[in-house]
Amino acid sequence: MSPAPAPEVLRAPLVVEFPFTRSLGPVQSAFLTGLRERSVLGVRCHDGRVLVPPVEYDPVTAEEIRELVEVAATGTVTTWAWNPSPRPHQPLDTPFAWALVTLDGADTAILHALDAPGPEAVRTGMRVRIRWAATRTGAITDIACFEPYDGAPGGEPRPFQGEFADPVSGIVVPARLDYTYSPGRAQSRFLAALADHRTIGERCPSCQKVYVPPRGACPTCGVATAGQTEVGPRGTVTTYCVVNIKAQNLDIEVPYVYAHIALDGADLALHGRIGGIPYDQVRMGLRVAPVWTEGGRYPDHYRPTGEPDADYDSYKELL
Amino acid sequence: MTKEPVAVIGIGQTKHVAARRDVSIAGLVREAARRALEDAELAWADIDAVVIGKAPDFFEGVMMPELYLADALGAVGKPMLRVHTAGSVGGSTALVAANLIAARVHRTVLTLAFEKQSESNAMWGLSLPIPFQQPLLAGAGGFFAPHVRAYIRRTGAPDTVGSLVAYKDRRNALKNPYAHVRDPDVTLEKVRSSPMLWDPIRYLETCPSSDGACALVLSDTAGARRAPRPPAWVRGGAMRSEPTMFAGKDYVSPQAGKDCAADVYRQAGIGDPRREIDVVEMYVPFSWYEPMWLENLGFAAEGEGWKLTESGVTELDGDLPVNPSGGVLSTNPIGASGMIRFAEAALQVRGQAGEHQVDGARLALGHAYGGGSQFFSMWLVGCERPDA
Repeated sequence: MSPAPAPEVLRAPLVVEFPFTRSLGPVQSAFLTGLRERSVLGVRCHDGRVLVPPVEYDPVTAEEIRELVEVAATGTVTTWAWNPSPRPHQPLDTPFAWALVTLDGADTAILHALDAPGPEAVRTGMRVRIRWAATRTGAITDIACFEPYDGAPGGEPRPFQGEFADPVSGIVVPARLDYTYSPGRAQSRFLAALADHRTIGERCPSCQKVYVPPRGACPTCGVATAGQTEVGPRGTVTTYCVVNIKAQNLDIEVPYVYAHIALDGADLALHGRIGGIPYDQVRMGLRVAPVWTEGGRYPDHYRPTGEPDADYDSYKELL
Repeated sequence: MTKEPVAVIGIGQTKHVAARRDVSIAGLVREAARRALEDAELAWADIDAVVIGKAPDFFEGVMMPELYLADALGAVGKPMLRVHTAGSVGGSTALVAANLIAARVHRTVLTLAFEKQSESNAMWGLSLPIPFQQPLLAGAGGFFAPHVRAYIRRTGAPDTVGSLVAYKDRRNALKNPYAHVRDPDVTLEKVRSSPMLWDPIRYLETCPSSDGACALVLSDTAGARRAPRPPAWVRGGAMRSEPTMFAGKDYVSPQAGKDCAADVYRQAGIGDPRREIDVVEMYVPFSWYEPMWLENLGFAAEGEGWKLTESGVTELDGDLPVNPSGGVLSTNPIGASGMIRFAEAALQVRGQAGEHQVDGARLALGHAYGGGSQFFSMWLVGCERPDA
């Protein structure tokens, strides 16, 4: 065991991105389909107020509300904030104001972009109107933005009785989060050693258990695991399953064996694929060694060493 | 000062299905909440606080349900909070709500859990591409299958036991109008010959992916007295957690599960759960987890759980019916699955489980677990008030 050297801590971008779908239900369906038809719908609450965008349930009484009304495409800015440097996928790619706009006939404001030459051109109380997107699909982006407007105000909200042909029933919401990920010092040390095909665990000074991969602390004792110790390279298959369905993100032919492998000297198993042996001949206790491929960060798989199987009692505490 | 006794006075579920494209998430939770209120014959104004749970955010997108769903759940102007504990969240959510009443913070609380798996991707949510880390080579079933193999090795269970559990739960589901997977033509042979996905787990031994919600109205003694239908009384409730991975973790029978069950039995004065508890709704997403949890929860000695299953003890007409509702194997809106277990336990002791009612059920255990066997939550409900 040797004291841990100060490692160069790794960092890498982590992008979490997924196109979530959403079923709209009757009220949001009408609202977004209305935008496609250049019509803004609100909902009337039991107290007579008109909410735009509409909601399904009354925020005061909690009762279901379904009385849709059409409001004007013109309105008044109730408050705003200047956005000097738009980010990707924001409504406009030139500086604009985020504005809350109460449309004529509505009692609540809607948040959207306001196209204006500069913050000096924006004020609370200014009159604006919707600039419709040229191509509309039934989405909030059907409103391209608001723009200054000095024409006549819209009238009272009009009851909306009809139904739209071909209503929008669902939307796809692409979600994306950008992180900078760092695995921390312990994992950075582990990965640096792994580049030389050496596996480094860290021992808990309290319970003496060796963690692989190390996480810098013992989750049981809650103390730092500073002392490094080399484990493996050989190990024992403690348990496994035969995978018969192809995972979307993995280029591995099925069937294959996904195993828990306790490297010699480690006190918990890590996970790996078993190769170099027919899948139906893998067994608990099989002795294995890592197989590396050029440029691989982790062993590509583990193969049998040919040693006699490990005795069940030697690894049963690791299950 | 003693704790206030807590009663379940309203229960509501949606009909669980693969995809509820006709409703928004707000519409889905509303449906369950309304049914729970109707069962309790209460109005939105009678609710003092709302406690909501769902699966981890990545499963459905970052959506802050406690914010977006406040009006759908009548929570405007009231305390509303969210509970997070992965797959066990439905159970933990009900317990947080129950504790608010036990501590006399509130008198009547609506608690609810939901999942719209059709609008999410749980597999993706579980396997984010974390830099420098080895990708998980298997998916959810592959994560649990090696532990099932370890159980079989440890106990010498015959490899037929998993199919027996699945066959039972799938038949039970036929008696539950809210269950998702209902196959009237299910046979033991059909289960046994279904494709092996993650050996030793077969296709029909795994849970489905469901859209659904479950809601409970909990109240104090005065609320229970006013309730139109018999309440289920919470006789004990506990949560425990442990790390997903640590040296010495028993993946087959985690210590946190044992400790959680022991705490619940101590609160309820249960000495012999196998004899004293009448019915169990346990979280069994893969059939082999029934015998595993029977041991973990103290219904069988270590190594003996599979014998209860094999001898028919856990059948609907057995001595200790397990998952008369059809369980998670038949219905799995992940975020709601734990609360459905708690709700089904309550239905049994209220005598309102309908066709899947266990005759004379007086004490029922609801159980949930989540993460990599990391979070546990359980409650024991009975038809009698704890201090009565």
